[in-house]
Amino acid sequence: MGIDPPHFVACHECDLLLKEIPLLPGGVAVCCCCGASLYRNTPDSLQRTMAFTLTAVILYVIANVYPILGIEIQGIRNATNLIGAVRSLWDQGMHLISVLVGLTTVLIPALQLATMVYLILPLLMKRKPPGIALIMRVLNVIKPWGMVEVFMLGVLVSLVKLKDSSIIIPGVALWSFGGLTILLAAVATSFNPRDIWEHLDEQSESGEDRCAE
Amino acid sequence: MRRVIRRRVGPIASELGLHSCHTCGLVSDAADGGHSHVQRCPRCESRLHDRTPNSVAHCWALIISAYIIYIPANLLPIMETGSFMDYRKDTIMSGVIHLWHTGSWGIATIVFVASIMVPLFKLIALTLLLLSVQRRSIWWPMQRARLYRLVELVGRWSMLDIYVVTLLAALVQISSLATVRAGNGAIAFGAVVVLTMFASMKFDPRLIWDPLRKESDHDYYAATD
Repeated sequence: MGIDPPHFVACHECDLLLKEIPLLPGGVAVCCCCGASLYRNTPDSLQRTMAFTLTAVILYVIANVYPILGIEIQGIRNATNLIGAVRSLWDQGMHLISVLVGLTTVLIPALQLATMVYLILPLLMKRKPPGIALIMRVLNVIKPWGMVEVFMLGVLVSLVKLKDSSIIIPGVALWSFGGLTILLAAVATSFNPRDIWEHLDEQSESGEDRCAE
Repeated sequence: MRRVIRRRVGPIASELGLHSCHTCGLVSDAADGGHSHVQRCPRCESRLHDRTPNSVAHCWALIISAYIIYIPANLLPIMETGSFMDYRKDTIMSGVIHLWHTGSWGIATIVFVASIMVPLFKLIALTLLLLSVQRRSIWWPMQRARLYRLVELVGRWSMLDIYVVTLLAALVQISSLATVRAGNGAIAFGAVVVLTMFASMKFDPRLIWDPLRKESDHDYYAATD
């Protein structure tokens, strides 16, 4: 073919073949045909992502253990945490919706955080975790389904709907969900899949296991 | 607009027999490792495709299902509220109107946009994209690419009402004073959101640009057609 494929990128939105150019830190390469962002240069991506992920893990635990909201109507109180809400929906016979809510707000964010730690911690210690390709594929598939930020807006709408009929007691988890929303966004911006693949390439070039080709 | 794009067009990967991996982005030669039918990326071993297989057909199937389920999603109640004073069943729209009448205009607008406008916008936008791709249209590719990006961006926000119902149904369970239950409309509505999300994932935006390139290169067009 006469060209060296690794130095080219194909735009994922319009398939234009482009020559890779080095970027300044914080820079983004954009396709000159359709304007899709191609790749980014994120300085210290591994360290930053790890820091954000670990903080997010702490907030995730708090957000799921403690109650999000409580209400009081004529002296009677009721409070719920997220898992309690999912369970009460299940008990009302709304199995599908209960599963959908559980997946998008509890399981998938947990899976995202767990895979991030599994992926990045060994790479920071100059080791290669097994199954990187599989993990990256899983991350790609589940990415659109983590909806903590939408849930956060849902909490705010619920607050407004309840404010006339009852006294609202904000729970600890309400604040940690707010923090978790911001941190998950920070993880998404600091995480750079290209860095992972480059680490993988470097390690396999200097080391041993390269099975393909 | 069209002339500007033509001038910028360089070779595209599929014309040169190259595939880019959708997991790791590596561009590799489609002829490599061609012993089996399934081609895999040499770096991450994901399956390689020139274009997402059957993208248009799958996308249509998902969208048509979503159109059908969109009707019960809007007609059936998604929330049933009961207290000793009154009992009401709310569909999505009546919930928005109720919010508006109680003076929460901001929140009413947010719910209206997320639950009514966004699903409808997604369905119409994807229908438009699919029709234009099937007709191999070269009409405003840049705007259609932007439209697709917008569909991807806003899709998830329609889950808003599902979360509101979940929270209210769990919280407002104060024996005889007040209870909230999720209605069957919530199932239909959730299905619409999930189906349209799958549909927008299945759509391959590269199909928007393909007719443009192939038209400007008649030899290639003739060779493949």
